[in-house]
Parts: sequence; C-alpha cells; structure tokens
Amino acid sequence: MREERDPGLQPERTRLAWRRTTLACTVAAVLAAKTALAGGPSVTRVVMCAVCAALWLGFLAVAQSRIRALAAPRPAALTPRTAGAAALCTVALAVCAAALVL
Amino acid sequence: MTGFSAFSGFRRAVRLWFVPREIRAEGTTPDYRFSLANERTFLAWLRTALALIGGGFAVDQFLPDLRWGWRVGLALALLTTGVLCSLRAVNHWVRVERAMRRGEDLPVSRFPALLAVVVAVVAVAMAVVVLLGWEG
Repeated sequence: MREERDPGLQPERTRLAWRRTTLACTVAAVLAAKTALAGGPSVTRVVMCAVCAALWLGFLAVAQSRIRALAAPRPAALTPRTAGAAALCTVALAVCAAALVL
Repeated sequence: MTGFSAFSGFRRAVRLWFVPREIRAEGTTPDYRFSLANERTFLAWLRTALALIGGGFAVDQFLPDLRWGWRVGLALALLTTGVLCSLRAVNHWVRVERAMRRGEDLPVSRFPALLAVVVAVVAVAMAVVVLLGWEG
C-alpha cells in the first residue's frame, strides 16, 4: 500500500532544518577548534579542542537519529530528550567558548 | 506577568524537560504537521543561538588588536546571549507543544524583542569600539 504523501513536504522541510542546524553547529565547532589551537598547542588547548569535537559529534548523532526518524510517513513528534540533547550540545559549546576566550 | 508566576512557570517548564511523559499525558496529540512546524521553529532558534556563539568566537579570533577587556566583554556578551537563546529554544518548544496538546492559545513571549535589543546594543558597541578603540 502506498503511503499518502504530505503535500506540504513537512517531514522533508524538518529534515533540511536539522541539516541546516548541523551546518551551523559545524561552523561554530570549526571556529572553536581554531580558537583552541590558535595560541599554540598545549595540553589544555588540545583537550578543549577534543571536547568541542566531541560536542559536535554529539550534535551530529542527535541530528542523524532524528533525520532517520523523520523518514517515516507520519513521523512522531520530537521528544524532549532529543530537543534537550541538541540544546545541551549548544550550551556546552558556548561554555567551552567562554573558557577559551577568558 | 509577575516575577513569581514567571518563576513558577519556568520551574514547571523545566520539570517538563526532564519528565517527557507528562507532556504526552496531557490533552490530545496534535496533527503531526503542527508538531513538525514547532520542531522547525525550535531548530531556527537553535541556529540563532549557534550563530551568536560563532559570533563570540569570531570576535575573539578576528579582532586581535582590540583591547583585552573589550574583546572578552563583547565575546562573552554574544556567548551569554547564545546560551540564553538555546535554553529559551527548548523552553518555548515545550510550552508550544503543551499548548497545542491542550488546545490553548500559543504562548506569547517578549524574548524576541529582548534579543533584538541585545543584538542591536552589541552591534553598536562593536562598531564604536572597532572605529574608536582599534589601537586600545
């Protein structure tokens, strides 16, 4: 049986929104890595760089799992856990940024 | 809205972040397209937050001639705004989701106006600092 297609392409638009957000996170993570390694390599700075990379990977994993869930014909709503995890990665990135800037 | 009701509303919302079943238990499930629209709004706010955080990094990296205080101050202002923006993104998403389930009006918020004012102030400060205080 063919599933009815949503004429508003809502799941596709939502999937692309996740992709855009991942891209924005990538830009922030690249800037974080640049900042972390700008002052010459030291243990603290390499660790900070690794933390930022891990946060980016975390966001990527959240986005990827949600994108996979959106492939369903009538995708379930976003769970607070997924939303919280995405926001947590963002906040943690900002905390790393503050630590690097100071 | 008084400070107290804002606080208790905030506490209730934070509880909902961590007890997701409470959202499901309330009201009826809305049309999935409305939930997806709410999700996209959440993501748009998250992108705004990420852009602000990126801006914080950019101030630190690309204005090296600025005096330390100004550079760090502007970067921290942008980063703080980014954090607030992403926390608010989750909070607003939860509130909208709950309102849709209960069939209530969508929550109004003065956050967009506040954000606009903060971004304008930071932009003006940055322009002034870059033009006048280049050499510190």
